[in-house]
Amino acid sequence: MSENQPAVTQATLVKKAAPKSDYKPADVSPQRRVQRSYAIRLWSIRHSRLLEWFYARFADTFLLLHPLWKGIGYGRVEAPVKFIEKRAKGFMFDCRMCGQCILSSTGMSCPMNCPKQLRNGPCGGVRANGNCEVEPDMPCVWVKAWEGSRNMVNGDAILNVQKPVDQSLRETSAWLRVTAQAAMAREAAKTPGASA
Amino acid sequence: MNPPRPPQIDENPAGIDLPLDRLPGHSSRGRLERVLRRGEFAVTTELNPPDSADPEDVYNRAKIFDGWVDAINAVDASGANCHMSSVGICALLTRMGYAPIMQIACRDKNRIAIQGDVLGGAAMGVANMLCLTGDGVQAGDQPGAKPVFDLDSMSLLETIRIMRDNGKFLSGRKLSTPPQLFLGAAVNPFAPPFDFRPIHLGKKIAAGAQFVQTQYCFDVPMFRTFMERARDLGLTDKVFVLCGVGPLASAKTAKWIRSNVPGIHIPDSIIARLEGAQDQKKEGKQLAIDIINEVKEIPGVSGIHVMAYRQEEYVAEIVDESGVLKGRQPWKREVRRDDQLVADRLDHLLHDNVTETQVDMVKTAH
Repeated sequence: MSENQPAVTQATLVKKAAPKSDYKPADVSPQRRVQRSYAIRLWSIRHSRLLEWFYARFADTFLLLHPLWKGIGYGRVEAPVKFIEKRAKGFMFDCRMCGQCILSSTGMSCPMNCPKQLRNGPCGGVRANGNCEVEPDMPCVWVKAWEGSRNMVNGDAILNVQKPVDQSLRETSAWLRVTAQAAMAREAAKTPGASA
Repeated sequence: MNPPRPPQIDENPAGIDLPLDRLPGHSSRGRLERVLRRGEFAVTTELNPPDSADPEDVYNRAKIFDGWVDAINAVDASGANCHMSSVGICALLTRMGYAPIMQIACRDKNRIAIQGDVLGGAAMGVANMLCLTGDGVQAGDQPGAKPVFDLDSMSLLETIRIMRDNGKFLSGRKLSTPPQLFLGAAVNPFAPPFDFRPIHLGKKIAAGAQFVQTQYCFDVPMFRTFMERARDLGLTDKVFVLCGVGPLASAKTAKWIRSNVPGIHIPDSIIARLEGAQDQKKEGKQLAIDIINEVKEIPGVSGIHVMAYRQEEYVAEIVDESGVLKGRQPWKREVRRDDQLVADRLDHLLHDNVTETQVDMVKTAH
């Protein structure tokens, strides 16, 4: 019996049942978020300049606390910091915890919310109304990123070509990594010749 | 002995399936780069990938374009619909001497598989690769598939550029022979954010794009604006832009495409023009020719990419009637002169019912 019938997934059934007349691929979105509100994410993008200013101060504070992190041990603070970071950025930006945050380069619009997880710009499928190809109700992450970046002082960081995501950094704290790297760079600058 | 047939331009005299010599300043050993760098107006097209395991299907579909195009795109499951793979099609096409453009979509393969395919493709003689993000799986016939999107089109371009120029994998491990490739990308000037699109093209060039093929162009003024912006940014000197064009079968198809295929912008005026025509199919073809005649005059356009899905028979007519080749004939697969002699002689012996003796042969030889 079963070998006569082709394997049909739920997504296929939904797609077949949908009316043929209008464009509606969202019903089979791989990252379906039914009746999701994008209000807070969009607020963050509208206030990208404020958030950019805030993050610069915040990063400085974190770097000041470097001796503390080092004293306790970066490994040990990872879990509580990640807990806070995940919830804070999750609330503000719908953060996906890729562990290598580039919000400052993408107009405070998290590129990991793109169904294709594009980190270098929009795909060719953006709709005429600026919504996503895959999820018709979601404003394209990159249309918003472009708008957000135009408000920012260092908005031209959007022009940088981003490296592929390092999947091994998922679910780790980007804040701590950036701080540790900045501290390392600072020390290397203090002791010239050490890095060469 | 008869002399062998004179080799065509851009052909390796030792065999049509062999790569050409690399000219100075070129990054690949292929025909397409030579045509573009010579400053000729290039024509590329797309092969409709078969849903079969028969190589003849590929050869027959490629034959339609003989002598009319400079390169053939081997699509990688376009629209997320499953077909013969682009690597497979390229393997067959290179054997027959065609110049394929191997498309690589990030939807189905991760960076490990992609880098392996790049090496495999280059080893088979593929000289051109086109880096795409790929349509979402929701657009295709198997919407339940896992979307991979490990790389995006930009990081894919950079990955292959690093493999070619630095001779290294993304990991830094060395390649003993780096691939020699002409790298392409796709751009869509017809989707928002419009301000960002020319800058996005600049980003792709920075990542490694040497030529770009655009999405279907049905809105020439919009394309012209895009090209103006690209020229102002100085991008058209760094990249060859091939404008995507194609015939629409009818007003109904146009409407269907508009609402079902992501990223294709068809203005209402085009649909009105098709609806008003007696023979919509013919009008669709004429429309494509008219668009070609407009875009070929735009500064910075180096060629066209003719996409005629399920209307492949029209490609030759469109190219011919628009006159973009200006009398030039792209490389054409033809029987070599010595092969032809053997075939003719066999035919004569087998079918004409003759008995040749050495005595007769000596007589005719004098």
